[in-house]
Amino acid sequence: MKKKQLGILAIPEVQTIVSSLLCILVGLVIGYIVLLIINPAGATEAIITVLKNYFNYPSGPAIMKYLGNTLVKTAPLLMCALSIQFCYKTGLFNIGAAGQYVAGAGASLFLALQLGMPWYVCLIASGLAGAALAFIVGVLKAYANVNEVISGIMLNWIGLYTVNMLLTGVKETASPYTVTIASTNPTALLPNMGLDKLFTNNKYVTIAIPLAIITAIVIWVILNKTVFGYELQATGFNKDAAKYSGMKEKKNIILTLVIGGALAGFGAGFLYLTGYEQWSVTQSAVPDMGFNGIAATFLGGLHPIGTIFASYFIQHITSGGAYLDKNIYPSQISDLISAIIIYLCGFVLFFKLFLNKRIRQRVENANAAKEGGEKK
Amino acid sequence: MSLLIQYTLIFASVLMLVALGGCFSEHSGVINLGLEGIMVIGALGGALAMKYLGAAPAAIVIIVVVLVSMAFGMLYSCLLGVASINFKADQTLIGTAMNMLSVALATIIVKSINLSEDPDNVSSIVDYGSSKKSLIMTFGTFQLSWFTVIAVVLLIASYVLMYKTRFGLRLMACGEHPQAADSVGINVNKMRWAGVLISGLLGGIGGITYITAGVSAWKFETGVAGFGFLALAVMIFGQWKPLNIGLAALLFGFFRALSNVYSGFDFLAALNIPGTVYNMMPYIISLVVLALTSKNSRAPKAEGIPYDKGTR
Repeated sequence: MKKKQLGILAIPEVQTIVSSLLCILVGLVIGYIVLLIINPAGATEAIITVLKNYFNYPSGPAIMKYLGNTLVKTAPLLMCALSIQFCYKTGLFNIGAAGQYVAGAGASLFLALQLGMPWYVCLIASGLAGAALAFIVGVLKAYANVNEVISGIMLNWIGLYTVNMLLTGVKETASPYTVTIASTNPTALLPNMGLDKLFTNNKYVTIAIPLAIITAIVIWVILNKTVFGYELQATGFNKDAAKYSGMKEKKNIILTLVIGGALAGFGAGFLYLTGYEQWSVTQSAVPDMGFNGIAATFLGGLHPIGTIFASYFIQHITSGGAYLDKNIYPSQISDLISAIIIYLCGFVLFFKLFLNKRIRQRVENANAAKEGGEKK
Repeated sequence: MSLLIQYTLIFASVLMLVALGGCFSEHSGVINLGLEGIMVIGALGGALAMKYLGAAPAAIVIIVVVLVSMAFGMLYSCLLGVASINFKADQTLIGTAMNMLSVALATIIVKSINLSEDPDNVSSIVDYGSSKKSLIMTFGTFQLSWFTVIAVVLLIASYVLMYKTRFGLRLMACGEHPQAADSVGINVNKMRWAGVLISGLLGGIGGITYITAGVSAWKFETGVAGFGFLALAVMIFGQWKPLNIGLAALLFGFFRALSNVYSGFDFLAALNIPGTVYNMMPYIISLVVLALTSKNSRAPKAEGIPYDKGTR
C-alpha cells in the first residue's frame, strides 16, 4: 500500500537504473558538445559512429564477428569491474586493479610463451599473480594503515615495469610486442567450445566470456547469500561496529583484496590467452582496463548483474571510438565519455537523496491535503 | 654529479609543489586524489603558453607560463570542489575520475590543435622547445630551473600562510574538527573551497615543472606517470607539515633523478642493473616509506568526510 503511494521512482533499483541512464545521457551529451567544438560538420555522424560500434559494418556476419571482438574485451573489463566492486563493498577502493591486471597479463604470457604451459595453468597463474600483488596492498592496509589508493598506484607502476622486464625474453625480434601464442604454444589458447561458430568463426571468442558472466553471478551470491559476504559488507558499512561484533577486520581486508586481485588477474588471462592482443614490452602507461573497470562498476550501480551491462556499454563505446576518422576526431573521445560518466556517478548519492526527499515531501503534502479535506 | 643535483632539484621541486597542494587540500578536510589530473591540465596550460610565446623575453615567458598553469590547475580543481564540497560526493571516486578525464581531455585538445595546424599530424605532442631555455639559469655547466626558485619561495610562503596567519589556522581547524570551526563562525565550505583551489594552483605549477624537467616536447597521452600520487606519498612522509614535505621531496627527488642519470656513474653502471629497476625505485621507496610512517599518521582527522552540519 505504502510502496504504491510512493510511486515507481521510490524503488531503489529503479532509482539506480534511472541515475545510471542519466549519467550515460549527460556523458554522451558532453561528448557530443566536445565533438561539435572540434568540428561541427561531422559531429552528429561521429557520435553515431561511436554508438554504432560494430553496426558500422554493412553485412550481418561482419557485425556478428565484430560484436564478438567487443565481447572479447568486455570479459576482462567485467572482471576488473567486479574486482573493484568486491573491494568497494568492504570500503576499499581497489585502484590497484589496473596493476593486478598487469600482473595477471605478465604471469599468463610468461607461462604460455616462455615455459610452454597449457591454458589452464596459465589462467590459474594469472589469478594468482593478481592476488599476490593485491596481497601486498592488503597487508599494508591492515597492518601499517597505508592508504590503499596510494599503495595501489605505486604497485601499478612497479607491476608494469616488472612485467615489461619479464616479457622482454619472449618478444618478437623486430617489434616491441610479445610473440603470438598461436605460433609458439597453441595449447595455451583458451578453448572456444564452439562459441566461435556463433560469431562468424571469430577465433578470439572463447570460454572467457561465459566464465566472466558466471563470475559476476558467483560474486552476487557470495555478497548476498553467504556469511562471508555479509561480514564484508558489514565491515564496509561500519568498520568499528564490525570489529566490535567479533568480525576479524584485518583478515577480511586482506582476504577481500586478495580475491579482488585474483579477479583482476583472471581478467587479464581472459584477454591475453585468447591471443587477441600482444603485450608491448615498451609500454610506458598502465593499461586502461583497470581504470575503465571503475567506470563500469559504478555505472552498474555497484551491483554485479548491473555491472555486466555497464561493462558491455563502456566497452561498446570504447571500441566504437576506434571507428572515428583519426584525421578529424581523436579516438580518446570515448575515454572522455567514460571519465565523465565516473565523475557523474559521484553525484548519484546526492541525486538519490534529493529524489527521496522530494517523494516524501509530495506524499506528506498529499496526506496533509487529504486529512485537511476530511476535517472540513 | 652536477647533473644528479640538477635533476634532484627539479624533481624535488615538482614533488614539493604538488605535495604542498595536497597538504592545503587535506588540511581543509578534502582528500585530493585528483592531483595527478590537476598536474596534467596545469602542464597542458603551461605547455600551450610556451608553444605560443615562442622566443619571447625570458621574464615574460616565466610569468605567463606560471600564471597560465596556475589558472588551469585552479580551474580544473573546481571539479573536485563542486563535487566533494557542495554535493558531498565520494572524494576517492571524484579524484579518480579527474585523473582519467585529464588525460583524455588534454589528448583531445592537443590532437585537435595539432590537426588544425597540419592535417597529417595525429600525435598528442606539444613542442615547447623554442621557449624552454627561458626557464633555465645557467651557471657554467650547472642549470637551475626558475621553477626550483619558485618552489622554494612557495614552500616558505606555504609555511607562513599555514602557521602564521588567521586564514591558515582556520583552514586547519576545518580539517581537524569542522563542527567546532563552524560553531565559532568559520564558514567550513568556504575554507574547504580555498584549500582545494590552492591545491589546484600548486598542482598546476607542479605539472608544468614536471614536463619541462628534461625534455622539450611532451606527449600528453602518457599523463604524468603517477607523480601526483608520489607527491601524496611525499606529503604523508612529511606528516602534512610544509617544511618536512620540503625535505621528503628532496629524498624522493633524488631517487627519481637516479633513473635519469645512473648511466653517468661508473660504479652504478658497473653494477649492471637494468634501467627499469631505477625507474621502479621511486615507487618502491615510497611503498617502504609509507609502510613505515603511516601507522602514526598525523593526517587531519576530518579529511575525506563531507561536512554535514547535522552530525556531531
